Amino acid sequence: MNAEPTLIRARPAASVLATNKLIRNTYVLLSLTLLFSALTATAAVAVRVSPGGGLLCFIGALLMLWFVLPRFANSFHGLWLTFVITGLLGFGLGPSLMYYLAAPNGPQVVATALGGTGIIFLALSGYALTTRKDFSFMGGFLICGLLVVLGAMLINLFVAIPALSLAIAAIGMLVFSGLILFQTSQMVHGGETNYIHATIGLYISILNIFQFLLMFLGMSSDD
Amino acid sequence: MDWLTIGSAVLVGFMLVMLLPHARRMIKESRKGTPAEWMGVLIPLGLVVLFVIFLMAMV
Repeated sequence: MNAEPTLIRARPAASVLATNKLIRNTYVLLSLTLLFSALTATAAVAVRVSPGGGLLCFIGALLMLWFVLPRFANSFHGLWLTFVITGLLGFGLGPSLMYYLAAPNGPQVVATALGGTGIIFLALSGYALTTRKDFSFMGGFLICGLLVVLGAMLINLFVAIPALSLAIAAIGMLVFSGLILFQTSQMVHGGETNYIHATIGLYISILNIFQFLLMFLGMSSDD
Repeated sequence: MDWLTIGSAVLVGFMLVMLLPHARRMIKESRKGTPAEWMGVLIPLGLVVLFVIFLMAMV
């Protein structure tokens, strides 16, 4: 007689526990991967990696992200693969960091971009977690925005218009900020149940926000 | 045109090709947001824009 009400009460409690565990695991892994990629980025600056080397790291990381990680995302191997991918992405940042650090106030620009990215991420993720709003309606809009950014980047590789670079950075900032809201809300509302996928998604949003912010601050800097 | 530009173009083109099937599925599956829900997005994104402008003024 009492079994049914108990089950009805237990299901949401189990669901809340699973969500809390997912969020905790995601933020722990995200912190560790961000620290690790900061180390690999520092190593890339120290060894003065070439732009070609950086590009190869990005290609390697994306190939692993699309073709290797999905096979191991539900096993222990997914964890070290996450570190390899984020390490490669961090190392790939090296040439870009060297370019900005070479400017007279370069260290200030890089430090401001780093701090700014941290504040943006914590504020947006905190907003989605505390309000518990469902941002799933943004999925189609964000993926369209992402395709527009990639298409514009492809065109700008050949035409190299500074105003277009600025527009790409502006739209990119908004798209990846929206993706942080979307991805955090997916964790809260059960749209994402794998902490490795959640970590990689948030990591890529953070990485892109950092790069776009670096571009904005580099352009606005007097030097 | 150097090989770095060609390599970057191949990478971005590959990303576009890989994202297209996901994009179709996401557009098809995502529900429509109400005006109130969009306001809940516009406010934090507006604050991000203001914050970026503040950072640009600082450096």
